[in-house]
Amino acid sequence: MTALSHAAGDSATMVARQLRHMLRYPSMTLLLAGMPVLFLLLFVYVFGGAMGAGAGGAAAARADYLDYIAPGVLLITVASAAQGTAISVAMDMAEGIVARFRTMDIARVSVLTGHVVGSLIQAMLITALVTAVALLIGFRPTAGPAEWLAAIGLLALASYALTWLSVALGLVSKSVETASNLPMPLVFLPFLGSGFVPTETLPAGLRWFVEYQPFTPLTETLRALLTGGGAGDSWTAAVAWCAGITLVSYVWAKRLYNRAPSA
Amino acid sequence: MPRNTPRPAVSVEGLRKSYRDQTVLDGVDLEIPAGTIFSLLGPNGAGKTTMVKILSTLIRADGGRARIFGHDLAADPDAVRAAIGVTGQYSAVDGLLTGQENLMLMAGLHRLRGAAARRRTAGLLERFDLADAAKKPAAAYSGGMRRRLDLAMTLVGEPRLIFLDEPTTGLDPRSRRDMWQIIRDLVADGATVFLTTQYLEEADRLADRIAVLDRGTIVAEGTAAELKRRVPGGHVLLRFAEAGALASAAEKLGGETDPESLALKVPGGGGVASLRDLLDRLDTASIAPEELSVHTPALDDVFLALTGNRGANGHARKANR
Repeated sequence: MTALSHAAGDSATMVARQLRHMLRYPSMTLLLAGMPVLFLLLFVYVFGGAMGAGAGGAAAARADYLDYIAPGVLLITVASAAQGTAISVAMDMAEGIVARFRTMDIARVSVLTGHVVGSLIQAMLITALVTAVALLIGFRPTAGPAEWLAAIGLLALASYALTWLSVALGLVSKSVETASNLPMPLVFLPFLGSGFVPTETLPAGLRWFVEYQPFTPLTETLRALLTGGGAGDSWTAAVAWCAGITLVSYVWAKRLYNRAPSA
Repeated sequence: MPRNTPRPAVSVEGLRKSYRDQTVLDGVDLEIPAGTIFSLLGPNGAGKTTMVKILSTLIRADGGRARIFGHDLAADPDAVRAAIGVTGQYSAVDGLLTGQENLMLMAGLHRLRGAAARRRTAGLLERFDLADAAKKPAAAYSGGMRRRLDLAMTLVGEPRLIFLDEPTTGLDPRSRRDMWQIIRDLVADGATVFLTTQYLEEADRLADRIAVLDRGTIVAEGTAAELKRRVPGGHVLLRFAEAGALASAAEKLGGETDPESLALKVPGGGGVASLRDLLDRLDTASIAPEELSVHTPALDDVFLALTGNRGANGHARKANR
């Protein structure tokens, strides 16, 4: 067998390990899904009546607002799942099992790819769950099959990028507590974008930040795909952000993992 | 090297490691023949775990060279990794997985598939008395069970050299004895064992050769018997009820007095003849000791004599055998 097929085989073994963790302890998955669902319900049922632009009273306003925020909530979902990755990476590093892996003749990166692919699958499951809740309470996307596919692809790209970032954050954390706090901003970044309110309503300084942060083009593109009948005009920025974050995080994570463990 | 000389399992020359300004290993030389149990003995903080971490490719040495079955540690770490198995001081099992799943995970990483993997796993579960707990998550295991699972996981790849870093620390006496038997069986099957321990009894019972590591250097190396020969022999300790008896006994027998505890330390063996002679001489002088104990040199004495003044304050330690 070649080195490459060894790396693939080892990674597959590690992915299987992560999936087993996930199946055995579904509470983590449910917990990660819980927050975005809560946000969704909170925003639609508490703020929706006041925020929506519908002309037919509070119910129509709510339905309208739901369509507006669904993409932002889906991105929060992806970010929230990534937070789980940082925690599970940090927990893993604190255990002796990773020291064992390091002394074995296996592809080194497989420990990380196991986490990334496992988390990606978990994130997609959670995203599907949140989407289902959104549809259930009245989210009515206009996307055709091609747009749906593109939307799923975009969410997967975003999830992949944030997962690698979280792996790096999990590795850089000295404790599990730190690891659970470090990715926190990721969950709140979608709020500082076009996810919940039109950017024109924001004060100038904040608006400047919003224009240049990655979640804005991601939200715009996802919204365009789901309810706008196309990819919109910021999809290149969205894809570029994902590619850039992935690349930087991958290199960072790999370097962190390869550096000698302290003491 | 000549073809008929088996390659040493471990050969280390001038190994050095420091963390910032603190030197942990200061020029360690070692050679461990294949198929033996080697024990690295030393007080806490002597550098034992650092040594294991370097030899098992977890961390790099700052200087010196080390080879495992002829593979250079720095040049070919993967060949080293393929030959070794490590069971560290801290549990290296996946607590979320069951015992069986942990072993299957190792089998997968050693590229064993299907029936072969299941056979190896079942055999190890049986051998380590874990078959009944095979389907329970490792997090629910007792300390001894975890340690056994840990070692079983190390053995999935059938390593030729096994590092055991304080394998019995924290185990109850029964589990410790079980672990000792397992270690003996490993060597009987042809493996080489590199054992670190702070329990002298453990090194004494198991190891073919012992090296004493103190403050980063090997201060003594040899068999348990050789090491014991290096410290002054045994003695008989007599305790008296009052200072007068102590003084007259000291006059008759010689030896070292400790007025504070009214004790007299008479050098010499604990053989029946010499003991009878000693008691006869006390009898003739009508001195009756309160208490008598025979001390044979133990590895403890060697350890204390060699590892500096920590604890070696001149008091005889009771040998436990």
